[in-house]
Amino acid sequence: MKDRDVWTLSEAHNGKLKTVSFELLSRGRALADTLGSRLCTVVLSDSLPEVELQKLISHNADIVYYVNNPCLKETVCETFANILQFLVKEYTPHVLLAAATTSGRSILPYLAVLVHTGLTADCTELSIEPETGNLLQTRPAIGGNIMATIKTPDHRPQMATIRPKSTRILSEDTTRTGEIIQVNWDPAWFDQRVSVLETREDIGDFVSLEEADIVISGGRGLKKRDNFQIIQELAETFGGEVGASRDAVDRGWANYPHQVGLSGKTISPRLYMGIGISGAVQHLAGIKTSECIVAVNSDEHANLLQVADFAIVGDLFSIVPEILRQLGQRMNTI
Amino acid sequence: MHIVVPIKQVPETSNVQMDRETGTMIRSGSAAIVNPLDLYSLEAALQIREQIGGKITVITMGPPSAVKVLKEAIAMGCDEAVHISDRAFGGADTWATSYTLSEAIRKLEADIVITGERATDGDTGQVGPGIAAWLNMSLVTFTAHIKEISDSHIIAERLVEEGYQTVRAALPAVVTVVKEIATPRLPTLRGKKKSMQINIPVWDAEALHAKPEYLGLKGSPTRVVKIETPKVTRTCIMVKAIDEESVRNAVTQLIQFLDDRDLVPVQKRSGV
Repeated sequence: MKDRDVWTLSEAHNGKLKTVSFELLSRGRALADTLGSRLCTVVLSDSLPEVELQKLISHNADIVYYVNNPCLKETVCETFANILQFLVKEYTPHVLLAAATTSGRSILPYLAVLVHTGLTADCTELSIEPETGNLLQTRPAIGGNIMATIKTPDHRPQMATIRPKSTRILSEDTTRTGEIIQVNWDPAWFDQRVSVLETREDIGDFVSLEEADIVISGGRGLKKRDNFQIIQELAETFGGEVGASRDAVDRGWANYPHQVGLSGKTISPRLYMGIGISGAVQHLAGIKTSECIVAVNSDEHANLLQVADFAIVGDLFSIVPEILRQLGQRMNTI
Repeated sequence: MHIVVPIKQVPETSNVQMDRETGTMIRSGSAAIVNPLDLYSLEAALQIREQIGGKITVITMGPPSAVKVLKEAIAMGCDEAVHISDRAFGGADTWATSYTLSEAIRKLEADIVITGERATDGDTGQVGPGIAAWLNMSLVTFTAHIKEISDSHIIAERLVEEGYQTVRAALPAVVTVVKEIATPRLPTLRGKKKSMQINIPVWDAEALHAKPEYLGLKGSPTRVVKIETPKVTRTCIMVKAIDEESVRNAVTQLIQFLDDRDLVPVQKRSGV
């Protein structure tokens, strides 16, 4: 039974679990149910309170492997990969899922080499092949223009990173029971060649687009830097974050962390709104898996409109203020 | 300091048009170019050489035609190039690709390996970390700024979800870079001349002393089961807004549409 276990790699930061951890468990639950196996998760952290670990169980984990040491304060790929290598050899999971975050996308490819197995990047769909029990991993490729389904037939664990926000989190069940297993620390895991010196988190204009539910982006149609302010206003009104096309970033209207598309962020928010963005293939690749796409553009043949759910064709400089006006009115009347 | 920059030849996609019926990319006539993110790793390598000296060797794994991207890198100012090419490398996934590249890098005795964070075709970002694992080098991914570099270490800022994270890594190291690292320079006339004259050695599996069972499709743990063209499942509600009234109506429709999907903010956020 152990050899059929489905594993996820949870992520924690500053003593709290990140929401991607619950997304992975929601994915993992479906796979474990199909396989009739257990769902296990690994947490590597310097300090995570018991209540946080319990949240993993109430979000569907059957077993939590918890490695706790001051050396794990920061996510360092080499150290994390060493621990996972040990755990994989010890417990031989069938499947290991991680989030396609900067951590997951560094640690898992490193681990794949250490344990000699396959890895599929940034998957948006997972299922189990009925005849073999193999994990079918589906991901957008070539700029999102094709969907490739990939499997790892002869190596274990079968590993994949999962696009953040591409999974609805299953509701919490605080009556669920599970086991928390503390794994003893081995000093040999600690790789001191790479160390984190500091993290600047209080940068004025910084944004974590991958974690946002709503992203409102502006492009060349805004014409000049000052006009980008209305994107900011619209994003604030929606409680969302500001994105930008490559054009807008190259022109200095927004900083690089805001860039959406193949050479920026690939995102999957609940709502993506592209204002004055024509939608180059690279841009579309970065947003195609959004739940709902809205476009505002003066050109009805713009690429972005091809993939949108709702589009307004017209002058953004009259449309955006009208959106702000109507939303403002609405909020005041409630 | 020996800087090795692995680059990739990818299909040109920037001017690609979409097929309106199928929603797919019209690929005919698309040329092969240097993976756009690799231009940033090349630039970062050139800046390091300017700063502390050394030699830059650019490498690529690919069919004979891929020599073109090596010449472009030489034209930008790289010193040497190696073309890693063998039928046995065909069909490699990221595991086998990182193995093959790492054997070439081992042979080149690199102090630092700089790569683009990902290629725009495969879009996996897995080869850089894989190389670090094969060669047991330090790994610095998503690098946005190099703050300090010496013969023994690098201090760099990574762009992560929480902000900019500064790390110190001992060399030898693999550094993968994002666009923010630098603005790529254009090829120079002198560089172009050099690229026409330079002799680029081709290394095959034998030259790398590579394990045959780790190469190409045969050595790849993953298999592609199927490739599908995603159907355009979205039906776009398109509303034209040409004057004051139609703008007002269009926006009302939009808000209703978002409201039905529970996407409209109800109240200004007040910390609730």
